[in-house]
Amino acid sequence: MDLTTLTIRQCHEGLKKGDFTSVDLTKAYLENIKKLDKEINAFISVDEQGALAQAAQADKKVSSGADIGVLCGIPCAIKDAIMVDGLKCTAASKILENYVAPYDATVIQKLKKEVAVILGKVNLDEFAMGASGENSAFGATKNPCDKTRVAGGSSSGSGAAVASNMACFTLGSDTGGSIRMPASNCGVTGLKPTYGVVSRYGLIPFASSLDQIGPIAKSVEDVKIVFEVISGRDQMDATSQNYEFKEKKLDIKELKIGVPKEYFYKGLDKGVEKIIKDKIEKIEKVGAKIVPISLSSVEFALACYYIIAPAEASANLARFDGIKYGLSVEGKDLLDVYLKSKGKGFGAEVKRRIMIGTYVLSSGYYDAYYKKAQCVRELIKQDFAKAFTKCDLIFCPVSPIPAVKIGEKTTDPLSMYLMDIYTVSVNLAGLPAISVPAGKIDKLPVGLQIIGNHFEENTILSVAEFIEKN
Amino acid sequence: MISKEEVEKIAKLSRLELSEKEVEKMQKDLSEILNYFDVLKSAPKVKTTNHSLQTTNLRIDEAKDSKVADKLINASPDKKDGYIKVKAIF
Repeated sequence: MDLTTLTIRQCHEGLKKGDFTSVDLTKAYLENIKKLDKEINAFISVDEQGALAQAAQADKKVSSGADIGVLCGIPCAIKDAIMVDGLKCTAASKILENYVAPYDATVIQKLKKEVAVILGKVNLDEFAMGASGENSAFGATKNPCDKTRVAGGSSSGSGAAVASNMACFTLGSDTGGSIRMPASNCGVTGLKPTYGVVSRYGLIPFASSLDQIGPIAKSVEDVKIVFEVISGRDQMDATSQNYEFKEKKLDIKELKIGVPKEYFYKGLDKGVEKIIKDKIEKIEKVGAKIVPISLSSVEFALACYYIIAPAEASANLARFDGIKYGLSVEGKDLLDVYLKSKGKGFGAEVKRRIMIGTYVLSSGYYDAYYKKAQCVRELIKQDFAKAFTKCDLIFCPVSPIPAVKIGEKTTDPLSMYLMDIYTVSVNLAGLPAISVPAGKIDKLPVGLQIIGNHFEENTILSVAEFIEKN
Repeated sequence: MISKEEVEKIAKLSRLELSEKEVEKMQKDLSEILNYFDVLKSAPKVKTTNHSLQTTNLRIDEAKDSKVADKLINASPDKKDGYIKVKAIF
């Protein structure tokens, strides 16, 4: 039996029955990483020793007969922007190449409490800025379904590691689509939770009003299991919300599915459109009511996002000054150290976003760009609020096209930004959304995006389970 | 097209040292991106609030030993006697 193809639930049952141990599981995953990752490049670092020690710990707990949680002994991998005490945390940037995390992120504390096994840290676009994974200072992650193509970003390693059985599940983070995009491209399931439902403490920030940590896994049930463990109020994150996951059994016949006409306009690949429309038809056939809705603000969403996110990033990334952590380049005075350390440490896309952010916040441009974008953000929120008076969930694509060829869009930043057209609004409005595999164009997976109202993760997950089975 | 001088000014505000080539590329990229932002001019007007979800979940501000102080100091490139060393600013 290939242990690495099992879901979390199947691993859990096997561990309890004594069919295999967590050390067996962990070794099988480490073996896969050794075999496959030279080519895929999903991992930035692998913690073989730590993983095996944690697995032995889990096995001890299992054999003691103690009541174990579902994640006990399950091997996972963590996006390298989330801190794991004692392990390097690079954010895929040269500026943090040798930075060792001084403490555990809250989500990591929660996983460790369950005795989950952390195999290592996975690749991303530098500081989570990108839609393809190609902006990593340590090289692009390849798509396991077609190695000439990108895995999707920014949680590229999180998507590819699950898709190629190099981790049973992973954690990613999503600021404008960074969990959903790689999940869609790699044919796995990824959930971007409601803003504030999962603590951001210990996540290297990109845009603090948009960032959210979430799980990527092989099945909807697995995503649900991980989400239940990592969610909940945390006093170390002031934006964290009181939330407790409650399972929801629902009757598809009572469900109203909104389909926004603006999401099926020009620019959407015909193959993607067909796959998404087939799924809408399927759920209609079993009795769900399909409601045409309008989200006219989508036309402004990308511009709004690419002002607000870089503005916040330019402030957040000011901390990497060559003094407190990371790379420091010698200079003649303090200012020179700043200029040289940042100039050398940051990659092209990070520099571009810091520049955009500084520009839109600078005197004379603040009102025209940043303030305007905040008004449009409100408009987008209102648009969704109106939509959710007419429907329970929204069905739409994750990305207008399947995974692109490596290098296809790297020279033209704006064309890369356009890939985020269907995902950024969700972050601007703080909503939860999932990408669930819906079909394939040749060998390239396509994800269906299901968007819910705030705190409706359970409704999203229930319907995603239906989509997965049908 | 945004000027070379303007790019250099923004780079300085951002504390980024850019090469000649980077400045040139940045001129082109920023111009294209800023032009794209013009779409917002046609957006209808609404009143704003500041956050995607309002929250007042602030914890009490009290000192606690988090046991990470040494690790934080150690992470800095230049340190002495438990302090982070910075170049003289005067």
